[in-house]
Amino acid sequence: MKNPLDSLWGTIISGLVLTVILYFVVKSILG
Amino acid sequence: MDYVPALARWLHFMAGVMWIGLLYYFNFVQVAALKAAAADGTAAGITKHVAPRALLFFRWAAVVTWLAGATLLSDKFVDAFTLRHGMAGIGVGAWLGTIMLFNVWVLIWPNQQKILGLKPATDEEKNAARRVAFLASRANVALSIPMLFFMAGGWSHRALFGL
Repeated sequence: MKNPLDSLWGTIISGLVLTVILYFVVKSILG
Repeated sequence: MDYVPALARWLHFMAGVMWIGLLYYFNFVQVAALKAAAADGTAAGITKHVAPRALLFFRWAAVVTWLAGATLLSDKFVDAFTLRHGMAGIGVGAWLGTIMLFNVWVLIWPNQQKILGLKPATDEEKNAARRVAFLASRANVALSIPMLFFMAGGWSHRALFGL
């Protein structure tokens, strides 16, 4: 599999996916 | 008006703009420019005159940003990093910023020194350094997206002031 960080779009999409995951993590911690 | 947090926030923003601005310059502009410049033999202009200066401001802006952020957190520093007492939002932002600072000083800068010839390295070491520095830099671009979301999300304000 290609490393998503090798392309700019792959990097941006990775960042956006991580944002969504962390948003739900923070939301569950804050209750 | 409480001057220390106000000045720390101001400094945090200015240094942060320089840090992340240069990070985006490296990834959105310089990587592609170097590839094109290498093709027509003009890469030295960038690697000799532009990159070392950009890296100087980049790595020290990262330090100033982190220190101003830590000053801003003040007595909530531990709560933020342990994601407690309503500080989980800004805490995740602080953790991401800290990981990015680590990447700058431990992965990007030592490898860039080899790539730019500021530190002796064989061609093989330079190639390995190029890959590590590139991936660390790209990882920082990816991390900057959630980092800025959590920094700008206002959770710290809510936790501190009950907004």
